Amino acid sequence: MSTTLLPTNEPTREPESRSLLPETRPLPGWMPWALAVAAVGLSVLLLLALGSLNLPLAVVVSVPIFAALVGLASARLEGTRRAKDRIVTVVVYTCFALAILPLLSVLITTIQRGASHLTPYFLTHSQRGIGPRDEGGGIYHGIIGTFEQVGIAALIAVPIGLLVAVYLVEYGRGALARAVTFFVDVMTGVPSIVAGLFVYTAILLGFGTTPKGVWGGLALSILMLPVVVRSTEEMLKLVPNDLREASLALGVPKWKTIVSIVMPTAIGGIVTGVMLSVARVIGETAPLVLTVGATDSINFNAFDGPQASLPLIIYDQAFRSSPYAQDRAWATALTLILLVLILNLVARGIARWKAPKAR
Amino acid sequence: MAKRIDVSGLNVYYGSFRAVEDVNMTIEPRSVTAFIGPSGCGKSTFLRTLNRMHEVIPGARVEGKVTIDGEDLYGQNVDPVAVRRTVGMVFQRPNPFPTMSIYDNVAAGLRLNGVKKKSQLDGIVETSLKGANLWNEVKDRLDRPGAGLSGGQQQRLCIARAIAVEPEVLLMDEPCSALDPISTLAIEDQIAALKEQYTIVIVTHNMQQAARVSDTTAFFNIAGSGKPGKLIEMAPTPKMFSTPSEKATEDYISGRFG
Ligand SMILES: Nc1ncnc2c1ncn2[C@@H]1O[C@H](COP(=O)(O)OP(=O)(O)OP(=O)(O)O)[C@@H](O)[C@H]1O
Ligand SMILES: [Mg+2]
Repeated sequence: MSTTLLPTNEPTREPESRSLLPETRPLPGWMPWALAVAAVGLSVLLLLALGSLNLPLAVVVSVPIFAALVGLASARLEGTRRAKDRIVTVVVYTCFALAILPLLSVLITTIQRGASHLTPYFLTHSQRGIGPRDEGGGIYHGIIGTFEQVGIAALIAVPIGLLVAVYLVEYGRGALARAVTFFVDVMTGVPSIVAGLFVYTAILLGFGTTPKGVWGGLALSILMLPVVVRSTEEMLKLVPNDLREASLALGVPKWKTIVSIVMPTAIGGIVTGVMLSVARVIGETAPLVLTVGATDSINFNAFDGPQASLPLIIYDQAFRSSPYAQDRAWATALTLILLVLILNLVARGIARWKAPKAR
Repeated sequence: MAKRIDVSGLNVYYGSFRAVEDVNMTIEPRSVTAFIGPSGCGKSTFLRTLNRMHEVIPGARVEGKVTIDGEDLYGQNVDPVAVRRTVGMVFQRPNPFPTMSIYDNVAAGLRLNGVKKKSQLDGIVETSLKGANLWNEVKDRLDRPGAGLSGGQQQRLCIARAIAVEPEVLLMDEPCSALDPISTLAIEDQIAALKEQYTIVIVTHNMQQAARVSDTTAFFNIAGSGKPGKLIEMAPTPKMFSTPSEKATEDYISGRFG
């Protein structure tokens, strides 16, 4: 050890050619906006010259023009790294807009056509005695059916899914774990109609019973299960091993470590995953067509007699030519979208409430 | 209450890789034993075999014998959970439970083992936090999340959590490597106090720390990468730091190494 505690830097030599931190002039704030206007103008002119002006096309054409203009301006003023940054920014925002556009379009159409018919009366009455050409009626019977069927599906799929995920993450080694993972992957890809057909052949034909809400729930649970397993598995994997070891080192048995330390740490993500799996199946039509039967009346008992459900009502009403039926289909679709929205909000709320906090 | 640990012919494996070879040693009750040695020589690995945390790692296994007051740690009918209740551990990186408050972190070991009485827990939480020299800093915010403490405070929280279950032996794997000199001194004082009750084993890279806190020092070394680590020498700390009998020990301690 030499006597100096902190090595002193050698005196730095004067930079000869380039300074270490070259000054850059950022693009003035108004510039991108001006360029955007210019891009729109250019694209309008271009389309006029080609003789085919229409607004959506103008917007589409102006995006690459804008990217090019911003890129050029930025390359001149700020250097190439910033220019690339700006161009990629434009690309990313464009992709985002493209992705969100169909969603917005569906949402707006559904609201436009469904909102005016979505009345308290509509939500609290059934279709009983109301023909497809008549006005009025509601979807109370469908709401009950959907809640019960999805509830049954969740009751079956969530416990099994959680346990499978715990097995895979905490215990599973070797061939069995690999096989389980493989079959979960296969299940993820099962088309929903196949789930319905499976329940139809295995249960309804196999035991000679009639369509009931519970069979619909069973078919939905087949679709739900892999989603629950996968999302829970990912969440459990995120829990640091340190925490498991800390708990084990306190003399806590492994099962208790999983239940009291690992699961609570991951609970926010697990709840979100379960809610997403519910959202995934709540709008499924195909598995229900063959399994729940259909009825216009209220049936609270999922274990006896046919039940209605929201997706089936949409499917049924949308194919009728009467304008009243069409209205009912749109209003039902809007109800379903709102239900999923509420479920997602609830899931986010729970996730935030349960998430590990630092302060 | 503190217990004597005897290790004989211990080999530790990760799969087919032998990480530690043929260790024989005795750890005296009510004393502090320090493990020193270069990185990768198997100190942590060996330490974790003393409370059967090693076998938590898939593929890891142990050969040889470890007894604690004559009882075989790896005996046929010995429950690793019971072993870990007797032999507690503090890890190198602070790892408080993120979902729990400071209070709940300290109480976790007891609660999860079935102690529910609030009055009893309150007392133990307070003595444990005092024992880890953290009480004064957190006594007004016991209900705040443990993850919101500074790194050094978190480590002391983990020490409090470990002593709350009143183990007989306390293993500490570089407990001060994330701490500032003041917290380090606080913990060293604590170790000196804890030694009245517990048998303490501490891994450290800090020679001064080993010299300050330990009664006995064990030096581990490794012949080269891929080779197993070995116990080179174990002796009372003053002797170890003045007249070690092995050349390698002297080189390592005096910094002339490698
Ligand atoms: N989980 C593991 N799986 C496989 N090999 C491991 C594992 N943990 C450690 N090893 C290996 O075992 C040997 C000893 O590691 P160990 O962590 O015990 O060293 P150490 O002495 O504690 O080092 P340090 O002072 O850096 O903490 C090393 O070669 C390491 O690569
Ligand atoms: Mg280590």
